[in-house]
This record gives sequence, C-alpha cells and structure tokens, in this order.
Amino acid sequence: MKGSPVDPERLYASQTSAWFGQIIQRSDDGGKSWNTPGGGPAINPQGMSMGESNKFVYDGVPGTHQWYDGTQHPWEFKRVWHLEPSLDDPNHVYAGVEDAALFQSKDGGASWQELSGLRKHDTGPKWQPGAGGMCLHTILLDQKNPARISVAISAAGAFRSDDGGKTWKPINRGLHSQYIPDPLAEVGHCVHRIAMHPSRPNTLFMQKHWDVMRSDDAGDSWREVSGNLPSDFGFPIDVHAHEPETIYVVPIKSDSEHFPPDGKLRVYRSRTGGNEWEELTKGLPQRDCYVNVLRDAMSVDSLDPCGIYFGTTGGQVYASADGGDSWNPIVRDLPAVLSVEVQTLC
Amino acid sequence: MIRVVLPHHLRTLAHVDDEIHVDLNSSATVRAIIDAIEEKYPVLRGTIRDHETKKRRPLVRFFACGEDISHEPPDTPLPDSIAKGTEPFFIMGAIAGG
Repeated sequence: MKGSPVDPERLYASQTSAWFGQIIQRSDDGGKSWNTPGGGPAINPQGMSMGESNKFVYDGVPGTHQWYDGTQHPWEFKRVWHLEPSLDDPNHVYAGVEDAALFQSKDGGASWQELSGLRKHDTGPKWQPGAGGMCLHTILLDQKNPARISVAISAAGAFRSDDGGKTWKPINRGLHSQYIPDPLAEVGHCVHRIAMHPSRPNTLFMQKHWDVMRSDDAGDSWREVSGNLPSDFGFPIDVHAHEPETIYVVPIKSDSEHFPPDGKLRVYRSRTGGNEWEELTKGLPQRDCYVNVLRDAMSVDSLDPCGIYFGTTGGQVYASADGGDSWNPIVRDLPAVLSVEVQTLC
Repeated sequence: MIRVVLPHHLRTLAHVDDEIHVDLNSSATVRAIIDAIEEKYPVLRGTIRDHETKKRRPLVRFFACGEDISHEPPDTPLPDSIAKGTEPFFIMGAIAGG
C-alpha cells in the first residue's frame, strides 16, 4: 500500500488471494474507509470504468519468458506487488505486477493500462522468476525529471525509462551474480529492492539477492558497497530522509535461511553511502530471533530526527524515532508484514 | 428473483450483509446469474470468474440444491427451485486455507 505524496488522504492498497484474485482498494479519507475504485453501485457515470480496478490485461500477445526449468513460459498476470502513486496527480498511480510488467492508472485505480515497452524489451524472453515469483517490486519516480522511471524485477534486474515509460533499457552493468550462468549478464539478476533519496535521483542504492550495491549515474553502472556487513543478503533498503548518504539494510543469513545471522535482529546503518556499516541493536531481539524482513516492509518518515520503521514476518513492526539508534515494537502479533509505509502528517 | 449466497469475503467487498437477489431476463443458468451479479455489483467482476475468458476461478465453486455444479456447462438450466427463488444459489470459496 502507499499514499499519494500530493494528497495525504489518498491511499492505495493491493490485496490478493488465491480464491478471488486481485483486488485494488482506495481510500479518499486517509484510511478511514476503503472502496474498490469503479466498483460501486451499477450506475455508470460517463467515462467511469466500472468493475475494472482488478483487470490487468497485458498489451497485445503476451509472449513468453524463461521458466524455472529453462523452458519458455507464457506471461500470466498473478498479482500486484507494488503501487506507486505519481508525484503530482493523486489519480495517477503505477502498479508493478507479477508476471513482471508495469501498469498505470490515470483514473484513481478504476482502470489500468500496461506500459508495455518494458515487458516487450528484447531481453524479455530471458527474464525468469525468483523464488517469490517474477515480480516487479520497485518503482522509482524522479521529481526532477518526470520522464524518468526506474524499476526492478526479480529475477531480471533493473530497468530505466527516460521517456515516461515508452522505451526501457537494462541498467545492470556492474552487478555480479554468481548464481546465474553468466555472472555479468545484461539481465537475470535477482534485484531485491532499490532506494533513492528524492534530492539525489542519480544515486541509487540496491539490495541484491547477495550484495549491496550503489550507483551514482542513475543505474548506468554499479559498484558493491557491502563492506563489513555480516551478510550482504537481504531484502529492504532505505535512505534517511535528510541525509542522502545514510542508508539502512537488514542483513539476512542466506537465500535458503531467511533469518538474521546468529538469530540477532540487527539493522545496519551506513552514514557513508555504503562500505562502512554500524549495527543497530538497541531494542531489537538479540537472541533466538528467526524472522525475515520483506522488501517492501521498511520505510522512513520526514520528521527531524528521521523515523525509521520496519515490519517482520513474525508480525512485529519496529520503529526508531532517532534515526535507528534505538527501536521499539509499535505493534506485534500481526500476520507476516508485507508492506510498511509512512506518512508524515504534521 | 434469484437468491444468491456469496462467500464471506465477497459479501464484504460488495458491502452486503446477507444473501443478494438478482433478476434475470432469461432462463436461470450459471452464466445468467453471474452476468446479473456483475451488472448489479461491478466490484465483483473478476473475483468469481476471469474478466476476459469468463472461466470460473479455480478456488470458487457453485452449488445448487446441494449439488456441486461447478463443472456443468454454464448454460445448463438450473433447477426450478433456484429459478423460483425457493432455494438459494451458492457461490463458495474452496476450503483451502489450511
């Protein structure tokens, strides 16, 4: 879920179940009430799409991508992984979906159209699903350059458009993935998350399957900044609201062991944009902790000092009001936390 | 008037508390009932059957008079008791949540 940066009352949320498929919900009152856009009484205001907020249809013949066993597999819509409201219009919102594609709605989520230049990129048949499916999970918008959109897909990699989503290019140079046949391939990298400070859109920070990476040229080239992390596997990554060189990750033991190293839940902070990391443990469980932190489950507020928040698969949401120095569980005993988003309302 | 019992989640989505009622212009079939539900409650489009192919979602089942008719052709006439509203038509979510 995510709120519009220009209208704090406007929130978007994605629900998915095996029974009833995709549901898009929207709130126009800051979360007090929720409705399915275009799903109300069957009176069709002129031009309003009705009952199509969950209709995600690929543009044209979908084609195929690579399956786990190396064969080609048809593109099939499964769910929305991430919703990203535009920076200037509360009715304009992007959706990253599985199987990987980018959609947008310009009517508040009532109907969706694919920005199909991404999925139709020449490398599309080489894209393959990660363990969680072939998901487009990261959408970065550049407030200085509205034509620029960057996305990330597991397991294809990162892509950038400089023309509002019509055409795309892979931006994976410098990524090194030993678990794929060509570790330096143009696509096929399992990018877990990318974060960006809005004041520095050319600097991107990436948590890859393994490795924490940094780019200072909008993704044209990357270098590793894992430094002294106890494990450079993990899912979320985020940037401090006021310090563009201060970043946060949550190391996880390995791709087959989704829990913190040594059973200690530690956030790592770098104040140098990577390479030099300090562990943040005050208020976090330091023994027998075997939760994971998923890629969309970390967020920052814009207060001073900056607040940091993350949720776990064990159902806790931890918050730090002092930039990560100390933590408190602000809610516990939820189901696995998939998404943590913050709005600063004062 | 056809009486329809929706699964819990779809009642929540459609903002209805109890069984719903739809009127048909044609004979009572699964296709006609789902068409009428989707017309009256657009929010339910895509949740019971696919938007494009109109195929029933795999974990959704249809029952009439105690019989599972999920695999019957969608234009098969339904029993009189469904058509006359003496028995409800059941749409159920599979018990697959563990």
